[in-house]
Amino acid sequence: MLPHAEMVHWAFAAGILLVGLCLLCEAIVGEEVWQLRPWRKYLWPGLAFGLGVLLWPVMAFFTNSSIHMYAHGSWAEVLMLAGGAELGLVRGRLRSPLWRLTWPVAFVVTGTAFIVHEQNPWLFARSAFLHHLLGWTFVIAAIFPLLLVWRPRSAVLQACFALTIVTVSVMLFADRDVAPIFGHLSPLAGSPHR
Amino acid sequence: METPFVHRLPAAVARTARVRIVSAIGPTVMAAGVIWAILQPYRVTLLHPRGQGAWWLLIEPPLLVIAVGIVFAVLVARPLVSDLEEHDAAAR
Repeated sequence: MLPHAEMVHWAFAAGILLVGLCLLCEAIVGEEVWQLRPWRKYLWPGLAFGLGVLLWPVMAFFTNSSIHMYAHGSWAEVLMLAGGAELGLVRGRLRSPLWRLTWPVAFVVTGTAFIVHEQNPWLFARSAFLHHLLGWTFVIAAIFPLLLVWRPRSAVLQACFALTIVTVSVMLFADRDVAPIFGHLSPLAGSPHR
Repeated sequence: METPFVHRLPAAVARTARVRIVSAIGPTVMAAGVIWAILQPYRVTLLHPRGQGAWWLLIEPPLLVIAVGIVFAVLVARPLVSDLEEHDAAAR
């Protein structure tokens, strides 16, 4: 009844790609034009918050290990926190720009959870490789949302932030449950399917 | 001495470039999904649906990419380009 783990990754990749494209457009056109329509300013923060909410069922149903539950639960919390803080800021309910620190926190927590919950080495299988790669990408790229707290109008930083999100979605789309990576596939991983 | 080279991009050209980039993002994403489907047709379960489970028919990565491109182009890029053109016209 439950979908394969790779399908959940692909579904989230689609949502994350949409968030990344919205961020990229905001970086290109600027905040003033982006917020000309009231609904648009809530679009990507709302999507991010929604993805955080959808991570709870993932935590509840994919219980193959405790550490997976902790990882999915922590992603759900930080994504809802960052998305919710962004919604509060664009609505005007929150005023301090320091609320934007929730994004670098979300990146570091997400990256650490990715690295910690992948128990296998990099070249065990494609999914192991991508989990390590995603983890380090999040940890290193946390510098972009961190700098955006102090330089919120920097188009370059906004574009780097957006492209990081798009890159993450590409990595998630590349995920397979059992598939080789650079010709390596551990016999312990199982037999690959199409 | 006069030179025919333009050293600074006029503001109008930069604005047009922004409109073009925003307009191109959706079709580029759609094209990426189509190319992926051509390169890896076995990832598109709709091409061989017999005996496949519901999840395999619902979540097909190349089709998801195409769907994101369509949703983005229609719901986000189109009104954004319209706003950008109006904003630029008002600024002139």
